[in-house]
Amino acid sequence: MFFQEATPDTSGYMIAGYAIAFIVMAIYVASIYLRSRNLHQDMTMLEELDKSAQPVVEARQPKKSPAKSTSNNKSAKPVTKRSRKK
Amino acid sequence: MESKPLALKILDIVSIIILGISTYLALVFAPTELVMGDVQRVFYFHIGTAWTALLGFILAAVFSVVYLITKDLKWDRLQVAAIEVSLVFFLITIALGSIWARPAWNTWWTWDPRLTTAAVTELIYIAYFMLRQGIDEPEKRARFGAVYALVGGLSAPITFFAIRLFRTIHPVVIGGTNPAADGGFSMTADMRVAFFFALFTFTVIFIDLFWNRIRLGDLQEKVEQLKLKVTL
Repeated sequence: MFFQEATPDTSGYMIAGYAIAFIVMAIYVASIYLRSRNLHQDMTMLEELDKSAQPVVEARQPKKSPAKSTSNNKSAKPVTKRSRKK
Repeated sequence: MESKPLALKILDIVSIIILGISTYLALVFAPTELVMGDVQRVFYFHIGTAWTALLGFILAAVFSVVYLITKDLKWDRLQVAAIEVSLVFFLITIALGSIWARPAWNTWWTWDPRLTTAAVTELIYIAYFMLRQGIDEPEKRARFGAVYALVGGLSAPITFFAIRLFRTIHPVVIGGTNPAADGGFSMTADMRVAFFFALFTFTVIFIDLFWNRIRLGDLQEKVEQLKLKVTL
């Protein structure tokens, strides 16, 4: 080919090259967009789950009535390492 | 939901605009090479993508070192982002090179030192993602990934210098001559404009995609944290 006098027509290869470059870049940009969108959806769903789970967890925890707690603990002082030693 | 920063939005738009300008310069502004014809025009994107990809692989190796020192997972996310974007760019480089080689060398592929080192580099980084897929524990995955990316980073300078160190048919267009090369050419002033603008364009696109990919990694991390919180 390099000994030919006239410039060869290689435009088909050039078009194929640029088409591939743009297609690969477009696919990658689309993949970033789609992954980001899916993660945002997951995030929203998980945040809602977290919010809805919060009252259930609080309801499941046994609530101590103030009267009961005072009857069990004779002194109102908090239990500390020092008081335990005593 | 965290919205995109204004600077990144501007960078997205600028990337698209300069990609358009670069395509114009490569396809219309630059003169047709007399021996090879229009196929020589793929050279502008071929070098542009190769430059950014190899730079990205070296950047990833630097992030690996920083991760191994600091043990901060932020550096692991930066490393993954750099490698992923570089892998895509390097795939374009190899594809464009192969398309150029068909009319210039009369073959799509030959096991020349440059082509072989390029193919090995691409495969090394494909394997990097396969390795990461196989490890569940984040710290272990990051540590293995960092060591792998650090060793794999050596392939980038080897690929770059392959045409300068070994006897190869790949032309050395910038900074050297290769008597064994097939398909080499000298750049005219207009070709240089298209060439340097393509280098600039792909550097900007790399920064843009890298930034977007880092944000994706951060989002992945947040979702993982939230999943743990909900399941516990």
